Amino acid sequence: MAIFIFLIFVFFVIGLSLYLGKKTKTSSAYYAAGGKIHWGVNGVAFAGDYLSAASFLGICGMIATVGFDGFLYSIGYLAGWIVALFVVAEPLKKLGKYTFTDALDANYNSRGIKLAAAISTLVVSIFYLIPQMVGAGVLVEPLLGIPHSWGVLMVGAIVITIVATAGMASTTYVQFLKGFLLVIFSSVLVAAVVIRGLSTQPDQGGKVAFYEYSHLSASRSGEQITVNEAGWSVLEQKEIKGGLVFVKLGRDNMETWWSVSESNGAITLDESQSVVVKTDGKWINGAPASSTNHLRQVGNLEKINGESNVETGRLSLFGFLSTLTNKDTMVQTWKTANFVDGAGEKVTVYYPKIVSGDRIMRPGLKFKVEGTWLEKLDFLSLMLALFMGTAALPHILIRYYTVPNPASARKSTIVAIGAIGFFYILTLFMGFGALVNGTVNPADSNMAAPLLARSFSELLFAVISAIAFATVLGTVSGLIVAASGAVAHDLFDRYLKIKMDDHQKVTAGKIAAFVIGGIAILLGILFKGMNVSFLVGLAFAVAASANLPAILMMLFWKKTTARGIAASIVVGIVSSLALIAFSPELYTLYGRNPLDAPIPLNNPGIVSIPLSFITLIVVSLLTVKKKEAIA
Amino acid sequence: MLHEPSTPAGKDPAGPYKIRLGIWMFIAYSLFYASFVAINLLNPLAMAAIVFAGLNLVTVYGFALIIVALIEALVYDWFCRRKEAFYLKAEESKEKGQD
Repeated sequence: MAIFIFLIFVFFVIGLSLYLGKKTKTSSAYYAAGGKIHWGVNGVAFAGDYLSAASFLGICGMIATVGFDGFLYSIGYLAGWIVALFVVAEPLKKLGKYTFTDALDANYNSRGIKLAAAISTLVVSIFYLIPQMVGAGVLVEPLLGIPHSWGVLMVGAIVITIVATAGMASTTYVQFLKGFLLVIFSSVLVAAVVIRGLSTQPDQGGKVAFYEYSHLSASRSGEQITVNEAGWSVLEQKEIKGGLVFVKLGRDNMETWWSVSESNGAITLDESQSVVVKTDGKWINGAPASSTNHLRQVGNLEKINGESNVETGRLSLFGFLSTLTNKDTMVQTWKTANFVDGAGEKVTVYYPKIVSGDRIMRPGLKFKVEGTWLEKLDFLSLMLALFMGTAALPHILIRYYTVPNPASARKSTIVAIGAIGFFYILTLFMGFGALVNGTVNPADSNMAAPLLARSFSELLFAVISAIAFATVLGTVSGLIVAASGAVAHDLFDRYLKIKMDDHQKVTAGKIAAFVIGGIAILLGILFKGMNVSFLVGLAFAVAASANLPAILMMLFWKKTTARGIAASIVVGIVSSLALIAFSPELYTLYGRNPLDAPIPLNNPGIVSIPLSFITLIVVSLLTVKKKEAIA
Repeated sequence: MLHEPSTPAGKDPAGPYKIRLGIWMFIAYSLFYASFVAINLLNPLAMAAIVFAGLNLVTVYGFALIIVALIEALVYDWFCRRKEAFYLKAEESKEKGQD
């Protein structure tokens, strides 16, 4: 069923692209859909563009694992539209033609701006493409039963077809359709969540028996831990960074990893899940991995308003959230630890951690707002980048050129704010819904929302997965149109001044789309396993650092010069990328100790955005002076 | 030669008014957003206070940031349209007067 609905959706999208492709003959039609899209359609398509894999898969997944911190992305992403509406929408529409480079360069005709802005568009688009492709692989893996890399390859191939056939026209209608369906079916999913209510033993509507994790009493003699219950023996004890202790227990020829917790002098061993990479393959929870032995989905409430073994039945929307917020509601969340065991085998342990409702319903589990000043700075940096990033995303900015006039640009932004804002409110319910219904894959949080849908029905899972897949298709299409515009229009046509007729310009765009699609496929495979919302947050930081200072100052500061704009873009890109490359999170990706990272921040915006502004101001003042002196 | 826009924008006498209004509304929203970030940083425990229907401050504030964005957007559009209509009417009566 899931595959059937999924395939229908994919064929429909390709068919639509081929149909619209027949009408796409000119470069205006290819890059800007002829500037003829209705503002209402464009507004929903904006939502389609914007509600990417990061929003649907990433935010829901992050809420499902770290609680309210994930919702901060929803708040920041939406707030960014205020910058787009009040400051950027109409002026940009008046200035541009196909790409954001056109708008920046409108009053300068500078080769420096053309080159810098085109490179910036490429870098931001590719950075934004990574999480979309990662999300694609994650989705297709359980849906079609094919490996992650094949999923990424499939999405890449379909998207290249969509973009290469009809460019912005097909992208717009795919986005419109997907944006509309995403909001409708997410509403259905949220309604299902609150109607089901909360339970301390969620069984997915009777489909999956609730698995109760065991806890064993233990004692310590010196450093050595021993189990107090008969039949168990401690085979290995491992302490990792941060003082976390895990023990490998043996019983009935089965070896499993348990986490050690200590409270008031009493030691408890908590049953965990584990993946051990042995020479003969992966072992999961003490047995070889197979189609029947895989990681169990997790997430449940241990207590509801202080009571165990209860279920609430149907709740209101506020009732759902207020029950979770109660300090006596206890949520079982799952954390991850990686280490190498005594036999030299790589071990990943997923261990439970009980968190109270009032703790998980406010920021702090991921972004340490109560931590050191550096951790607080990291949070501030993230919120700044999310706020400033939206109005600097090339694939969002080019959508202003698909409507006929500035007033339509404004109206379509307002439609987008309505649709996107409504969806983001839903993410809080979907994320927590996944967390309390036992539908979180501990190894990959990105599938929380589709797996939540599966807990209700296969049909809903199929539809939600198809929409999520379309989400990826649509956003990737938009990004590839933006990136191909940067290559073919900004670089070839305007920077290098290669003579091309209208047909050749479209062909150049299609070839660029093909190459960029190939790069996206490769990166999607390389970045497997990272939370897609986190990755998009980084793309926002790069966009906000590279593009927004240039856009704002070009619009509102008369002394802005072409050199100032070009310099600020280059500094914004280089500084944000460098800060990301040496950040703790990337060090983890490299397989190195995050504490060794030379940059202590994961989010670069707090440094790179002001740096870009300062560069623009300083270089502009210097070059203005030069001009005046010559005069 | 400079690059022309995708579609001719035409004259927009309401433009300066819309830019001024947009900047003021942007500043107002930015302050609202900055307060949210500041409370989280300076007094994170305050965000746990129950303020409405069993919901804590951070949830209510988060929803408010989303809803206020839409309200501000609609108000902005209303004022912009009113100004655009005013200039359009003025333009039309000017043309009639010339006739």
